[in-house]
Amino acid sequence: MEKMVREGKDPTSPVIKLNGVNKWYGSFHVLRDINLDVVRGEKIVICGPSGSGKSTLIRCINALEEHQEGQIIVDGTELNRDLKNIEKVRREVGMVFQQFNLFPHLTVLENCTLAPVWVRKTAKKEAEKTAMEYLERVRIPDQADKFPGQLSGGQQQRVAIARSLCMNPEIMLFDEPTSALDPEMIKEVLDVMVELANEGMTMICVTHEMGFAKTVADRMIFMDQGQIVEEATPDIFFNSPESERTKEFLGQILSH
Amino acid sequence: MDNKRQPMLVRLWRDPVWRAIFFQVLLILAVVAMVGWVVNNTLSNLEQRGISTGFDFLSQSAGFGIIQTLVEYDESHSFGRTFLVGLLNTLLVSFLGVIFATVLGFLMGVARLSSNWMLSKLASVYIEIFRNIPLLLQIFFWYFAVLGILPSPRQSFSLFDAIFLNVRGISLPWPILDSGMVMVAWTLLACCVAVLVLIFFNKQHRKNTGRPVPYIKAIMVSIVVLIPMMTGFLADARLQWEIPALRGFNFSGGLVVLPELAALWFALTIYTAAFIAEVVRSGIESVNKGQKEAAAALGLKPRRVLSLVVIPQAMRVIIPPLTNQYLNLIKNSSLATAIGYPDLVSVFAGTTLNQTGQAVEVIAMTMAVYLTISLTVSVLMNLYNRWVSLVER
Repeated sequence: MEKMVREGKDPTSPVIKLNGVNKWYGSFHVLRDINLDVVRGEKIVICGPSGSGKSTLIRCINALEEHQEGQIIVDGTELNRDLKNIEKVRREVGMVFQQFNLFPHLTVLENCTLAPVWVRKTAKKEAEKTAMEYLERVRIPDQADKFPGQLSGGQQQRVAIARSLCMNPEIMLFDEPTSALDPEMIKEVLDVMVELANEGMTMICVTHEMGFAKTVADRMIFMDQGQIVEEATPDIFFNSPESERTKEFLGQILSH
Repeated sequence: MDNKRQPMLVRLWRDPVWRAIFFQVLLILAVVAMVGWVVNNTLSNLEQRGISTGFDFLSQSAGFGIIQTLVEYDESHSFGRTFLVGLLNTLLVSFLGVIFATVLGFLMGVARLSSNWMLSKLASVYIEIFRNIPLLLQIFFWYFAVLGILPSPRQSFSLFDAIFLNVRGISLPWPILDSGMVMVAWTLLACCVAVLVLIFFNKQHRKNTGRPVPYIKAIMVSIVVLIPMMTGFLADARLQWEIPALRGFNFSGGLVVLPELAALWFALTIYTAAFIAEVVRSGIESVNKGQKEAAAALGLKPRRVLSLVVIPQAMRVIIPPLTNQYLNLIKNSSLATAIGYPDLVSVFAGTTLNQTGQAVEVIAMTMAVYLTISLTVSVLMNLYNRWVSLVER
C-alpha cells in the first residue's frame, strides 16, 4: 500500500479496466462487449465452457491477442498500437500458461533470470538471488540447475509461476494452469497459487478448479459465447446463480 | 512344440541373433569378393595395356598453364602442384560460397516469416525462383548472360576510376605492402582479436550486471581505428594502392576476380541460399508458438524473443539439414568444369588426368579430397549440434 501511495496511485481505483471490448477471429465474434473492472489485490476466477472466450479475454489483458474495439487500461496504461505501452504492460503483468512454456534450452534458474536481466536490467547475481528466493517459495530450489525437460509437470508449472514472479509483477494471469497436469500434481500447484493469493497479489485465473475458486475468489465470472453471463461473489455464484446457463454449467461440473 | 527336439541347425536358424550374424557374415564375404574382383580386374587390365601404376607422375612437369592460382605456379611446376592449385581453388570458391550462402539464407529465411507483406513475398519469390532452376543453368546464366556480355576492357564500367568491370572480370585496387604496412596489418589483426575478446567480455558483463560495459562501442571503434593508425604513424607506413590500369588490350595490376570465379561463386551462393532459407524457416517454425508467447509475456522485445528464445531452439532443427546444404555446395563446386574455373575436378581430374592417363590414381585422389572435406565439415557441424542440443529426462 505504501508503495502505491508513494507512486501516486489510488489503491481503490481499478488496476485493470475493460470498456466495451469486442474481438473477432475473422467473422467469428469471440468477445462481445466485455466490461470489467479489477481493483488492486482482487482475485477473480473466470470459468465457462470451452470456446467461450475466457482464455482470449485474459490474453487480451497482456496483448497476446489484439482487441478490435473498446478500451483496455492496465495499471494506467492503455493497450493500443503503441509498442512501448504493450511492453510496459507486459513488464507489470505475469502470465502462467496451460502448457507451462518453460524455455527448454535454459536451466530452471536461467528461465527465472532471463527477463529480469534482459528486461529489467537487473544484475545477474541479484537476479539469481531473487530467483532462488522464489524457487524456494514454490518449493523447488534443489532443481535450479536442471533443465525443464528433467522435471515433472507440476514442478514445471511451479517454475513457470516463479519465473513470472521474478519480474515482480503487479498482476498475475493464470490460463488454465492445472489443466495439463496429472491429478496428483494439481494440488502442489494450487497450494502455491493459494499462498500467492493470501499475500495480496492481484490475480485473474481461468480455471475449472472449483475448490480453489471457493477458497480464494473475491468474484466469480461465468462466460459463454464471448459474453460475461454471470458475475457474483463465490457464495452467490455457487449457491444461487441467476442465469439458467450458469446453473446448467455448474450442474455439469459439480455433479461428480 | 518343444524347441529341444528340433535339430541344432533349425534351432539356430530360428534364433534371431544367430540369423542376424549369419546374414552379416554373408554380406561381408560378398563385399570382400566384389572389391577383390574389381581390384584384380583393374590391375590386370592396366598391365595388359602397359599403363604403369603408382604416384610417380605427381613429380613430373605439368606443362600447362592455369588461369587462377593462389600459390606460385607456372608450366614448369609438377602435377603435384596442379593438384594443390586445384584444391585451393575448390576451397576458395567453397569457402566464399558457404559464408555468403549462410548470411543470405538466414536473411531470406527470417524475411520469409516477416509480418511485412512485401518483404515476405519478395523472399518467397526469390526462394521459389532460385531453388527450382538447375544449378548448371544458373552458372551458365551468370557466366554467359551476365558477365559474358559485359563490354571489352577498353569500354569497362568503372567506379571512381579504380574499380573496373568488363568481360575479363572485375579489377579491384589492391594494397602494396611495405614493411610499415605489414606491421599495421598485424596490429589490425591483433586489435580485431582484442575486440572479439571484448565482445565476449561485454556479453558476460551484460549477463552479470544487465548493462553493457559503458562506452563499449566507442572503446571498440577506437581500438580498431586508433591503435593501427598510431602504429602506422610510428612505423612511417605508407599505404600505396596498386590501381588497375589499362595496358594494351587489358587491365593489369590490382586484384582481378575472374568471371569464372565470380559466376560460380554467385550461382553457388544464390542457389544454396534459397535452400538454406527454407531450412531456416522450417527451423524457426518448428519452435512452439507458446515459447514466443511466454517470452513476449515476460516483456522481452521481439528482437530479443528471436535471439534469446527462438533461434537457440531453432538451431538444433536447422543444423543437420544446413550441414547437408554445405556439403552440397562444396560438391556442386565441381560444376566449375563447365565454365572452365580451375577447380580440383577441372585441373586435376580433367587436364592432369588427360595428360598423364593415370585415371585410377587421379580419380581416387580427387574422391579422397572431397570425402575428407565433407567428413570434416560433418564432424564440425555434429560437434556444434551436440553442443546446442537439449537436455531431456
